[in-house]
Order: sequence, then structure tokens, then C-alpha cells
Amino acid sequence: MSLPLGVVALPLTAAAAVYLVAALGSRRPWPAGRTACWLAGLACVGAAVSPAFAGHDLRVHMAAHLLLGMVAPVFLALARPVTLALRALPAARARRLGRVLRTPPVRVLSDPVVATALNIAGLWLLYGTGLLTAMLHSPSLHLLASAHVLLTGWLATAAVLGLEPSAHRRGVVVRALALAGGMAAHDVLAKALYAHPPADVAGAEAGAQLMYNGGTVVHLVVAALLWRQWYRSRATVRAAFPARLPG
Amino acid sequence: MTARHAQPGDRRRLLVSGLLLGLGAAGAVDEIVFHQLLHWHHFYDRASGDAGLVSDGLLHAATWSATVAGLALLADVRRRGSFAAATWWGAVLTGAGAFQTWDGVVQHKLLRLHQVRYGVDLTGYDLMWTGAGVLVLLAGVALLVLGRVRPATA
Repeated sequence: MSLPLGVVALPLTAAAAVYLVAALGSRRPWPAGRTACWLAGLACVGAAVSPAFAGHDLRVHMAAHLLLGMVAPVFLALARPVTLALRALPAARARRLGRVLRTPPVRVLSDPVVATALNIAGLWLLYGTGLLTAMLHSPSLHLLASAHVLLTGWLATAAVLGLEPSAHRRGVVVRALALAGGMAAHDVLAKALYAHPPADVAGAEAGAQLMYNGGTVVHLVVAALLWRQWYRSRATVRAAFPARLPG
Repeated sequence: MTARHAQPGDRRRLLVSGLLLGLGAAGAVDEIVFHQLLHWHHFYDRASGDAGLVSDGLLHAATWSATVAGLALLADVRRRGSFAAATWWGAVLTGAGAFQTWDGVVQHKLLRLHQVRYGVDLTGYDLMWTGAGVLVLLAGVALLVLGRVRPATA
């Protein structure tokens, strides 16, 4: 079941246009790599909900799921849209956005542990109950579930990578553990799908293995990005405090 | 690189790096040798039930996450010039041996989550599996002791 073209194409085009305008109008030059990541992320979203991935075969569904819930979020997180917004907005509105980011709901939602739990809870609902079968037959449910998979996957990836300005960024160990916990839940879910395939879908075993292996690859990419960031930050910290800090 | 003195946190980071990579290596050996090459273990075998499925997923995530973290810590330790081969290899073997022993005793025998091989008499396989774990663990501890006695041979 694919979504009507306008429902997907309009928001994606708008998201690309707003980001491009902000990047080009930014006071300091905005790295082209981040713009490329944003466009790649939107392209993944567009591909995942396109008719190419419609149907009742779990392999095809999982390929779309990986694109939408894992690959697209990595690109979108690397594009740092919040940082761009803070830079591109006029000072007064940027300050207001900064205040919103410090409000309790946003702080709680952007905590890596909470964001990962939300993402996983949505996946268990989708694959652990009859929701998957229902979704394959209803366009509105499909839209809702797709949006949830994308948004919580993005939130979780962004919270783990911690690239955007944040009042309370967690240390690398908490973020790595949140990522590992999400990966474990994803693995268990994939194996559970294999063992107890949902009714009414074909290719359940191959689809579950694709979910498992694809999930492993993307989780490892995120872990590598997270630890590379830590490795670089240690050099910065040591340059600033050469004698005092042991680690 | 012996020019600079090792700082207090360095040895701990070296040990943690080795333990994490040892855990990762044990997991990788299981996946490559026993799943892919020998086909003794499977993505899911109906015999092991839901508890085995959960423990498999947890271990898979833990060993791969440990590998990435261990590599990053190792890179940092090397950058600071405080890598000590005996201590690091000791930690790797200790991590791998402890994991293998724990897998053999707790997961296979006490919890009965999964087995080394199916459809055969397990006594010899269990002895080899857990025995190998204990040997690797002892070798690791010996290297760690050696690294303490003769430091700064990196």
C-alpha cells in the first residue's frame, strides 16, 4: 500500500527548500556535506514510502523500514537542522527557539535513553501486535506508522549522536549504552518476527533476517560516528587542559 | 614512544579497551566459525525457545557495541603513547576467556539457552568449549600479571 503522491512529495520538497534557503542565507558558510546529508535523508524517506516498496512481502517492507527508520535518520541527524535554524533565524526568534529547546518536555524527549525507548516501543507495537497487518491494508494507518518510525528513529539517532546544541548532553557511555540497548531490542524483535511471523505476510523469514543484518550495519555506523566524535573531542579537551585531566 | 609518562587513567583505559575487544572477538568467532563456517548454530533454532532468542539478541548487540568502543579506546591509548602490549593482550584474552567460560557454564548448562551442537553427545563438546574458555582466561591473567611485573615494554 503506497501513499498518495502529494502527501509525501509536498512536505519533502518543502523540507528541502526551507533547508536550502537557510543554508544559503546563513551568516557563516554552512558546510556542503550537511546539506548533502539533508537531501540524502529526504531522498531515503521519499524512496521508502514510494510505490516501489509497496506490497505485502516482508522483505520489501523491511527494506523500506530500514531506509525510513534507520538510514534516513542518520543522514537527517548529520545534517544538524536545529543548529542551522539557530544560525539562520533572526536573533530574537533564534533565542525563542533556544528557550523552547530548554523546556522540560524537549529535554526529556531528546534524552538518548528516552528517545531510544520511544523508538523501540513503536517498533514493538508495530511488529509485536496485529498493527503490521492492519497497516498494510490502510493508507492512513500506513502514513501514521511511517511518520512514527521516521520521527522516533530520527529523534533517537540525533539524541545518541548529540550533534545539536543541547543544555544537557549525556556522556559518551550513556549514549553508547542507549544505542546498544536499542540495537539489542531491534535484534530480539527481528528474531521474534522470524520465530513468530505475523499473519498475512509473505517472505517473513528473509524479511526478519534483513531487519537483523541491516539493523546491525546501521547501528554499527552510528556507534562508529559516536566514538569518532569522542576520539576527536578528547584531543580538544586535552589541548585545553593539558595537565589536569587524566582522561 | 617512551618519551612521556603514562597518566593514571591510561592503564585503566588500556585494560577496558582489551576487555571490550576480547568480548567482541569471542562474539565474532561464534558468528563466523560456528554460524557461517560450521553451521552448528543458526539464526534461530526452534529448540532454544524465546529465552534463547532474547539472549542471542542481547549478546549480538553487546559484542558488536563492545568492539566499536574498544577500538576507539585503543586508538586513544595509542595516540597518547601509553600502549603496553602484554597488558593489552592480557586484557583481550581475559575478556574473551571470561565470556567463553560464562557462555559455556551459565548459558549452556545452567540456563540451557542453547548448546554447542545439536543431535550429538555433548560431553566432549562442552569440555572443549568451556575448557578452551578457561585456558584463554588463564593465559590472559598470566599476561596481565606479566604486564604488571615488567611495565613499559611497549
